[in-house]
Amino acid sequence: MSVLVLLKMVPDVVEELEVSADGKSLDTSFLRTILNERDDHALEQALLLKERHGGKITVIALDAPDMDDVLFTALAKGADRAVKVTDVPEGLTTHAAARLCAQVIATGPGLLPVDLVLTGVQALDDLDGLSAPLLAQQLDFAYLGVVTGVAVDASGQGATVIKEYAGGVRGEFAVRLPAVLGAQAAEKPPRYVPVAKVRAAMKAQAIETVPAPGSGAGAALVEVQQMAKPVVSSHAEMLEGSPEEVAGKFCELLAKRGLL
Amino acid sequence: MSNGTATMDRATSELTLDNLWGTPEGQKILSCMQCGTCVGTCPYGDVIDYPPRRIIGMLKAGQIETIVKNDGLLNCVNCYACMTKCPRGIPLTEVLLPLVKEQVLANLREVPAELQKALQNTFRYGNPMGESPRKRADWVKTSDVPVRILHQDPKPTDVLWFVECYTSYHPRGQDNTRATARLLHALGVDFAILGNEEKCAGECVRLAGERGLFDTLSDYTMKLLQKYRFKRIVTSGAHAYDCFKYQYPPRGFRQEVHHTTPFLAQHIRELKPRLSKKLNYTVVYHDACALGRHNGFYDEPRTLLQAIPGVKLVEMLHNRDNAICCGGGGGGMWLDTYYKAKGCERLSDRRVKEAVETGADVLAVSCPYEVSRFEDALKVLGYEKRMIVRDVVELLAESLEA
Repeated sequence: MSVLVLLKMVPDVVEELEVSADGKSLDTSFLRTILNERDDHALEQALLLKERHGGKITVIALDAPDMDDVLFTALAKGADRAVKVTDVPEGLTTHAAARLCAQVIATGPGLLPVDLVLTGVQALDDLDGLSAPLLAQQLDFAYLGVVTGVAVDASGQGATVIKEYAGGVRGEFAVRLPAVLGAQAAEKPPRYVPVAKVRAAMKAQAIETVPAPGSGAGAALVEVQQMAKPVVSSHAEMLEGSPEEVAGKFCELLAKRGLL
Repeated sequence: MSNGTATMDRATSELTLDNLWGTPEGQKILSCMQCGTCVGTCPYGDVIDYPPRRIIGMLKAGQIETIVKNDGLLNCVNCYACMTKCPRGIPLTEVLLPLVKEQVLANLREVPAELQKALQNTFRYGNPMGESPRKRADWVKTSDVPVRILHQDPKPTDVLWFVECYTSYHPRGQDNTRATARLLHALGVDFAILGNEEKCAGECVRLAGERGLFDTLSDYTMKLLQKYRFKRIVTSGAHAYDCFKYQYPPRGFRQEVHHTTPFLAQHIRELKPRLSKKLNYTVVYHDACALGRHNGFYDEPRTLLQAIPGVKLVEMLHNRDNAICCGGGGGGMWLDTYYKAKGCERLSDRRVKEAVETGADVLAVSCPYEVSRFEDALKVLGYEKRMIVRDVVELLAESLEA
């Protein structure tokens, strides 16, 4: 079977984020990007499927800082091909990025036919989780999101997909392939790959590049008007004193508010 | 002082399990007479599936596959106990065990989550906790004395103080760091730090089996050190000391290196008259593996402790070369949950039980891993009212005149 995994970089929040002077975007001077965690799970799910069913995994990403390291890491983990889309217009909306990815999949060398397209169900800059369903719509594939498990049928024509709901409820779906799946979590945590293996992949394997097709991005439908840090409000009251005093004050407070 | 001097003039990174037999180290390993002293002295000898004796036997029999497909060697905390006691002087902890562990890690179906996170964090942020590299030198703002940061003021320095990770970020590690700054300042030592440019020296990821990550970190640090002029490195990290002493020279590192404890012991004459505050503590010292067994610094920390007025020094049953490891070396720092899940007693728990039995009220240490490990163990075992943990430098700074 053939699996495509879409990978995307997002801001690393270990570093504090700053708003740039235009008040509409992130200050990129100290910004570091990191692979979207859910995309890492999508890759892990693809690797598990390959271990079970064989086949081929291609990882695809729009070019971004540190993208090569992430793609080589994917190759070291067991992906077969890595395709990087270059000359990507800046500031793509989720909608435009999904359209671009769909075009790459449709026209890129040897990317179709495909059985499954896996990507993260959400990203830090796509909390609505629009990327994957928009991509499915563009490709005219089935879509299921919040996926936590995939079993491909013996026929290879369909798959049983586990989808997570609130309150610990899970749903089991039968889906016809090809399909786009938005991964919530792989069946096991993303694997570790030793640095030496990544270095070996850098020596032995290559990243294929595909220029971004056309200028079909279209006019943006949504515009960022303002980006601002949350205003600090001072509602927290710090209780001072020895542990006994603090405990006493705390109990008093609970009693006063009628919580005891 | 070390049993494995053969490795010192050559990068151990050139050795692999495949080319081992053609080397002097490999020949030494072949001299094993299967006496089993290593198993008897191993703190995890009762639970480890493949102790050094069996590893050597199976290597000779060509059965390396069996060993590297077993996760048991993750229990090895690289404490140098087996190597110190080996009657043949085989460089077990220096050469054999890291080589095998590297293969174990590469073959693991699932790397224990805590360890995986620590390795990924160290690769990405230069510290195992995953803290921002831009905050590494934030502790300087809380220092009582000025601390020069080289990238802000790059003039030559006598001492380049390599602070290391837990001492930079961990709240209790920062107590150690502030104390060290005060002591260096009081002694009039010309010192400076690398600040936010510093990353983990890499010893513990190397001994956890991640040699590729160690290569990445040591390449970075070697390049960074070339930017500045300094006479010697003094480091707060016991494992960093080991690393600069044995792993960096084959990569071109030529300067002197000291760990803070023995470095301060060298200055005992100037330091002693300044220790004016009487500390009425009964102190028991825990020998850090990297400083004690691997480098023979048994007397230096004890000399420093005895220089503090009012301190009464006592000893644990297992002390000096018989000391029991805190369990933090060789990646053990990030495997506590894994050990616990396997039902192994945590070595830090075992160690504090022995420390409490001495009746001491302070457990003194000199490796940054030990403060949090032993404080946690004291809490877990309900001894937190009977004993506190202090780094030797913290006690010295406490006794220092204001």
